[in-house]
Amino acid sequence: MSFPILSTLIFLPLISSFFILLSKDRTSNNSSIYISLFSSFATFLLSLFLWYSLDLNTSEFQFVEEKSWISNFIKFKLGVDGISILFIVLTTFITPICIISCVNSVKIRVKEFLIAILVLETFMIGVFCSLDLVIFYLFFEAGLIPMFLIIGVWGGARRVYSAFKFFLFTLLGSVLMLVAIIVIYWLTGTTDITQIYEIKIPKEYQNLLWLAFFSSFAVKMPMWPVHTWLPDAHVEAPTAGSVILAAILLKMAGYGFLRFSIPMFPIASEYFTPLIYTLSIIAIIYTSLVALMQDDMKKLIAYSSVAHMGYVTLGIFTLTKQGIEGSIYQMISHGLISAALFLCVGVVYDRLHSRMISAYGGLVNYIPKYSFLFLIFALAALGLPGTSGFLGEFLVLTGAFQKSYLAAMLATFGVVLGAAYMLWLTKRVIFGETNNSEVKKFNDVNKSEIIMLATLAFFILFFGFYPLPLMETFSVSVNSLIDNYDTAVISN
Amino acid sequence: MEYAILFLPLIGSLIGYLGKSITKYFAEISTSLFVSVSAVLSVFVFWNGIQNDIYGNYIIFEWISSGNFIANWSINIDPLSSVMLVVVTFVSALVHIYSIGYMSHDPHKPRFMSYLSLFTFSMLALVVSDNFLQLFFGWEGVGLCSYLLIGFWYKKETANNAAIKAFIVNRIGDFGLAIAIFLIFFFFGTINFEETFQASSQFVEKKIDFFGFELNLITIICVFLFIGAMGKSAQFLLHTWLPDAMEGPTPVSALIHAATMVTAGVFLVVRCSPIFEFSQFALNLVAVVGMITALFAASVALVQNDIKKIVAYSTCSQLGYMFFAAGVGAYHVAMFHLFTHAFFKALLFLGAGSVIHAFKDEQDIRNMGGVRKKLPYTYIFMLLGTLALTGFPFLSGFYSKDAIIEFAYLKKSSLGNYAATVGILTAFLTSIYSWRLFFKTFHGSYNNKKIPINETHESPIVMLTPLVFLSVGAVFSGYFFKSIFIGHDSNEFWQSSIFFLNEIKHDVIPLWFLLITPILVLISIPISFYLYILNPRILEEFKNTNLPLYNFLLNKWYIDEFYDKTFVNPSKKLGSLFWKKGDIGIIDRFGPDGISKIVKIISNKTGKLQTGFIYDYAFVMLLGLSILLTYLILK
Repeated sequence: MSFPILSTLIFLPLISSFFILLSKDRTSNNSSIYISLFSSFATFLLSLFLWYSLDLNTSEFQFVEEKSWISNFIKFKLGVDGISILFIVLTTFITPICIISCVNSVKIRVKEFLIAILVLETFMIGVFCSLDLVIFYLFFEAGLIPMFLIIGVWGGARRVYSAFKFFLFTLLGSVLMLVAIIVIYWLTGTTDITQIYEIKIPKEYQNLLWLAFFSSFAVKMPMWPVHTWLPDAHVEAPTAGSVILAAILLKMAGYGFLRFSIPMFPIASEYFTPLIYTLSIIAIIYTSLVALMQDDMKKLIAYSSVAHMGYVTLGIFTLTKQGIEGSIYQMISHGLISAALFLCVGVVYDRLHSRMISAYGGLVNYIPKYSFLFLIFALAALGLPGTSGFLGEFLVLTGAFQKSYLAAMLATFGVVLGAAYMLWLTKRVIFGETNNSEVKKFNDVNKSEIIMLATLAFFILFFGFYPLPLMETFSVSVNSLIDNYDTAVISN
Repeated sequence: MEYAILFLPLIGSLIGYLGKSITKYFAEISTSLFVSVSAVLSVFVFWNGIQNDIYGNYIIFEWISSGNFIANWSINIDPLSSVMLVVVTFVSALVHIYSIGYMSHDPHKPRFMSYLSLFTFSMLALVVSDNFLQLFFGWEGVGLCSYLLIGFWYKKETANNAAIKAFIVNRIGDFGLAIAIFLIFFFFGTINFEETFQASSQFVEKKIDFFGFELNLITIICVFLFIGAMGKSAQFLLHTWLPDAMEGPTPVSALIHAATMVTAGVFLVVRCSPIFEFSQFALNLVAVVGMITALFAASVALVQNDIKKIVAYSTCSQLGYMFFAAGVGAYHVAMFHLFTHAFFKALLFLGAGSVIHAFKDEQDIRNMGGVRKKLPYTYIFMLLGTLALTGFPFLSGFYSKDAIIEFAYLKKSSLGNYAATVGILTAFLTSIYSWRLFFKTFHGSYNNKKIPINETHESPIVMLTPLVFLSVGAVFSGYFFKSIFIGHDSNEFWQSSIFFLNEIKHDVIPLWFLLITPILVLISIPISFYLYILNPRILEEFKNTNLPLYNFLLNKWYIDEFYDKTFVNPSKKLGSLFWKKGDIGIIDRFGPDGISKIVKIISNKTGKLQTGFIYDYAFVMLLGLSILLTYLILK
């Protein structure tokens, strides 16, 4: 067996977090910060190498590792394909940025915070690599713990309420998924995903199992009406927490739909498509309108995330080439854009300690560089062509239009609302004038802030003009996903 | 060379913005220079097309590929795009130079110049596209630049609101365009222009089930395309953003809101003529909306007092002309009017800017007057612009506007006759409001109380030079380009870039018809001079006796108020309702908060059982024991 590159990737952050634990920082936290930066950067490079060496002409899982764990029951099985690799790279890309942002925003228990972030990274990469249901479930749920701590310990005033709300919501959905996994084992005698794909789950069980998985993914996504934990969690979470939450944790559910719901339960997926469409459309229109009325920046961006995830669910269940590719693209792009927007909020929050829109205004007068970057991200969020935000949405809508005119037209109308809330936010924060004397004394972005924001801005624009590196990565895998689905549905 | 035309403005924009710290004048010189070079090259390309028939499609690289959904970044040079290239880069270069003077006191001039260049790039990307997606990129790109430039004076609340309004109303139009693209992709399997246009003739009879209605596919596509065009070209019902857009600096109004961006809608309809030609319904719709807009905007322009708003409504009205020209199937005439209009409307705007500059940012024409001797050059330029706009014989507007009316008449259908009538009536109204603007600004007595007359001053040479070029265009472009654009050689020029299902007729038009418009235009000059300068009391009395009508026009038919009441406020209310009642009131109350409350209540209740007193526990144990015993005994 060759070098276990995936295990290395997963456990590298975990191992380095032990080193941080051992480091003897008393007065400053420099060594912890350097260790975590170094390790997260190494992880990133390793994931890039993985991406580079991945064969994109096949939809087979690659770099597969398999070890028996609990006798014949659970195998520790890992592997990647063209879809999961991008989420892994996104994770390893966002983590170093989060660590850099800690330098400015986290003031207490820095060491512990970094450990939490690195442990979380391990779990997140694990989710995207798992090829065994139980392993997946473990990683999927274990991720809750560091996130719960990040919100609960480093959060704002109502952090405990938010942390519990977050935990309750997500756990509730997951319990049903656990039951479903047990049922699948009972039905097929295995929890190995590739084997389950082959065996094919009987039709009569599919609907219930689909719903059980759905309940977990819908909360994580989050879909309407189980989205209310997200704004609260974001508002109270520290900047780095919000970034990870929006950029990566929300993507696990979309990934879950692609990896589990559709290939394992194709017939149920077809059956429940109208439900998904309805919820997605409600999410897009409803949360866009709610976002319009927010007076808290983080809440506004959180609600806009729910709307953007509405496009993702809509696109996945169109089961057309454009729809699914658009959804994946939208997830990656939203990972970059929402991360950037939350970092932007973090930058001014560190200076004024307020998230209220009304506390700001006229920032372009005082911190022009920041304002320029903010504007780019806001425009990307409203899906301006030339930014990555556009292509995802547009492909999803193209796909949706082939299945339902009504759904596509309503979702397209959501784009108008998206422009409304984003531009209004920009106007109130960036343009105009302010009476707040604190704001007038702001320093423009410092070196570490500009590195984070400019990097994100670069990739948002780059992938807006030249998306092919991403599109080519998942093209073949998406084709085989759709082919398998079509065969299953037709043979039914 | 084609690459240079497209990318020079972009490069100018970037280095102008980034290099603003090098020297004070770096940004304005670099941007103006790059765009000017681009303009010269465009003229060269245009000329090469006419003379040597050199056209082509240059593919830069592949943008997106998802199944059949393939789009390239491309530079497609054909007769239609070469005309647009000239208009865009030429006017843009002049506006850049003009801005050097106009914005000389503004500390943010580099940013302004950079936005102007970025706009030019987006507009060029729009016109040279060979597919719908790049068109959409340019389409939203110009919308973005328009947003940035309207809101350029970001401290002004009204400017910010106008910017947002412009973007969002445009997005409503973009919604239509996007739906049209989805339809085209779904049925034609491509978003490439050439392939789409070739396929369109096969779908003429195709009906689709659209929300329960059996409708013709081509018609639906055209209607949605036209909604997109309406948004961008400020046609009736989606026009509300254009007058508000005058909050931006005047050079912006000249470039974006007169000469180029707002004509993108006309360009779209002409570009898609191979689709539109197959749907008579859609063409009629285009014509009717165009007519309504032409008349509506002219009627509102009659009573406005803001010099820029008058010109803005005039633009709106002239765009209406272009649309009904396209609607009666005279795409080439629409393009001709677009071409000439770019010159004289940019001239009028920049002239108006010069007047505003002279009056130190005064825009109300009631506070002007009597300055024709103080501003002699501006006076002449405005005179030429006004003459061209009103269609004074042998100036550019005369050729293009009268051609529209004539083609409508030649259509020999009832719609064509209506269009011709509306065209003539609007031409008369155009003439009245243009002369009203002109006379009230330059003639009569000096009415400004804030600054004395001797403080008004003529603009610097850097602002006047571009006006010279534009005047030349406004005066001669009609005469020189008539035969190429709409004459007997026009088929040779346009080739396949404009598609006519039926051969265009070149019938003889009766002389009386030819004379109506010029005569009306001519007699309107003394009429307006009399009404506005010599004897304004007549109008004053007329106004007072017809106050409701006057207010109706002054308030722009109350359309903004209607939108606020029906769309804007309800959306906000709905947003609050969903948030407070939906998320907090229902989902959270019965979801997590409700559950945790129930858990709390139950645990409180059970918690009370743990009193900590031994006799309580002993009592409970006794009770339990006795129940158990009773059960066992009875069994």
